[in-house]
Parts: sequence; structure tokens; C-alpha cells
Amino acid sequence: MQIAWDFFQNQILGMRWLNALIGNLLAAVGLDISSRLGGSVQFFIYDVIKIVALLCVLIFGISCIQSYFPPERSKKILGRFRGIGANCVAALLGTVTPFCSCSSIPLFIGFTSAGLPLGVTFSFLISSPMVDLGSLVLLMSIFGGKVAVVYVLTGLVIAVIGGTLIEKLHMENYVEEFIRAASAVDIEADDLTRRDRLKYAWEQMAATFKKVFPYILIGVGIGAIIHNWIPESWIVTALGGNNPFSVILATVVGVPMYADIFGTLPVAEALYAKGAQLGAILAFMMGVTTLSLPSMIMLRKAVKTRLLELFIGICTMGIIAVGYLFNALQFIF
Amino acid sequence: MATVKILGSGCKKCDQLEANTKAVLAQLGIDATVEHERDFGKIAAYGVMSTPALVVNEKVLAYGKVLKPADIVKLLQKAGV
Repeated sequence: MQIAWDFFQNQILGMRWLNALIGNLLAAVGLDISSRLGGSVQFFIYDVIKIVALLCVLIFGISCIQSYFPPERSKKILGRFRGIGANCVAALLGTVTPFCSCSSIPLFIGFTSAGLPLGVTFSFLISSPMVDLGSLVLLMSIFGGKVAVVYVLTGLVIAVIGGTLIEKLHMENYVEEFIRAASAVDIEADDLTRRDRLKYAWEQMAATFKKVFPYILIGVGIGAIIHNWIPESWIVTALGGNNPFSVILATVVGVPMYADIFGTLPVAEALYAKGAQLGAILAFMMGVTTLSLPSMIMLRKAVKTRLLELFIGICTMGIIAVGYLFNALQFIF
Repeated sequence: MATVKILGSGCKKCDQLEANTKAVLAQLGIDATVEHERDFGKIAAYGVMSTPALVVNEKVLAYGKVLKPADIVKLLQKAGV
């Protein structure tokens, strides 16, 4: 069982065989892969192919699942739950509902006018970018199954706690007037056939690939530089176990940045290989994917500054907490 | 005459849906007014939470995706336009 799992993790998700194959090919054309340049080239080719392959399979599979949970339907499901149960369901739905920050305002209005409590909406808004099915599989391929599962669980816990906190602080007055005033109706969800879903998934995959590919190249490029040119001692000093502020440093750097998880991955992978602590890396990844300037600017149109600050504060504290948790637990992973 | 509305937040996808819709209307020779609704309050009033959406004669035909011209043709026929 253990052997089968290791094989799945290293060879299928991690594609180690591909790395070896590229190494052999490069050596065959006369490039010394133990040299810095050769190593960088090997890392670059291997990582671009690996991430693109993972992206295509993942987005396709995830989109099939997501086609069952358009926001319009998630809203109806959420209406059936009360109290903290609603927060939990919102956090879970946040992981499977397709959502981009450009739709955050209509989504906000839809949830609010359906009578969903503000805290439930925020549980959704926190979990949606922080945890998704994609990050679960991607983390599994690099850091292993245990790390991925704990990452997802802690993300969900942050979303539930964050939403509940916003609820308890009664921030309703900090939602913009036009959102509270808007009225919305339920619309019928499209009845999709299996063929429609596959078509939708295929289109999503193509669109995501086009959008994300430049980020992947940049991310892998940075990863290759870290991998072969930056001295290990620098990374260990900044992000290693002896720096108690490594998590905070990683979070502060990661929050204003905006990149897709697929672009962040190679950077995280290279940092990990160079001795950075797990918690610092995960905090960096969470910071990059969860909070970004464009999404904050969008959200600012829906809520007033105080609530936005609270949202950013909760997410940031949550990310830092996750970082320290993983650093403390690193020995079991 | 048909009233066609594109509901969108002004993102790239929304402009693309508008362009596709206009092309189809011109191709089929349908006489219609096309509006691009960017007011979030009004978008929500249609029950739409994922943009862009296509509204014809005040009825939501599709939302949350950029329709291909062929899909728009089918939806318009189904709506009897």
C-alpha cells in the first residue's frame, strides 16, 4: 500500500521519471546537468512540462465538478443552513464554486439579498481563493498527501472562524448601500447534459492555460534561478528554521503579489529544496493566491474600508497562523 | 424588435460576449438594440451572480460564460427571436 502510494506521489503526480528523462536527453546532447547552467535548463524544461500537464488535467477535472456548483446554485444550497453550519457549508462550497474576483460584487449582492448572513458570505469569500481543489492536488505532488490535507483543513477552519468573527462584530453597516438595497431573484440553473459539462471543462482548461502560461514561465524561471544560482545559505537565513520571523516575512512579501497557484508552485518548490521551512513556503503561497491588490480593489467597491481592513487582517493573521503551525509540525511531515 | 442586454462588469470576457452577440445579430439580420449593463445593482436584479450574462427581452438566456457565436444562435432560436 505504502509502495503504491509512494509510486503515485513521486512518479505520477511528481513525474520524477520525466526529470530523469530530460536529464538523459540533455546529457546526450552534451550538456552537463551537474553544472549550474545545465541544472537550470533541466529544472526549467521539467517544471514547465510538469506544471502544464498538471494544469490541464486538473482544470479539466475540477471544471467538471464546478459545473455542478454555479454560484446561483450555491446560493440556494446555502439558504438551507443556519448558524455555524452555514459557515462550514459556505467554506466548503467556496472550494468548488467557480469564482473570479471580477464577479465578487454580483455574488455579494446575490448572497446578501437572498438573506444570507454577512459572515456566511465572508466564509465563502475567504475560502474561495485560499483553498481550492487545484491546490490540494498540486501540494500533494510537491509536499505529499499529509501536508496537502492539513493545508486544506486549516484553510477551511480560517474561513469558518473569519466569517463567524465578522458576523459577531456586526459589520453589516460597513457593506455599501447599493448592495443592501439591491434585490435579486432566483434564476433557474441551466440543465446541463454530460456533453455540455465536458465542453465547459474543455473551454475552461483552454482559457486557463492561455491566461496562466506566462505566469508559469515566469514562476519556473524564478524557480530555476533559486534552484541553481542563489546560495543555499541566503535562503536558510531568510526562510529557514533559525529565523523566527520567516513566516511573517513570507506573508508580507506574498500578500500584495498576485499570481496564479500554478505560477507560485515552482518558486515554492525551489525554495523548499533549498532548505526553506515548510510553514514559510505555505504562508507565501497562501498570501500570493488569497489576497492581492486587484481583488482588494474589487472588494472595496462592495464593502467600506473598515470591513475590508478586517477582511485583510483576518486573512493575514490566518495565513501567519498556518505558517507557524506547519513550522511547528514540520517534524511529522 | 428584440432587446438584447449583455450583463457585465466591464471585464474582457464581457466585451467578448458583446462582440460575439453583435456579430450573430448582424449575421442573422435580427433587428435588435444591444445594451451593455454595467450597473451591479441592475445585474443582480436579474438574479445573475456570474458575469457575463446574455439577456434577451428581459429573460436571462445564459450566464457565467462567454458564448460562442454558434451557441448564441441556438439560444436565440430557442427564445423565438
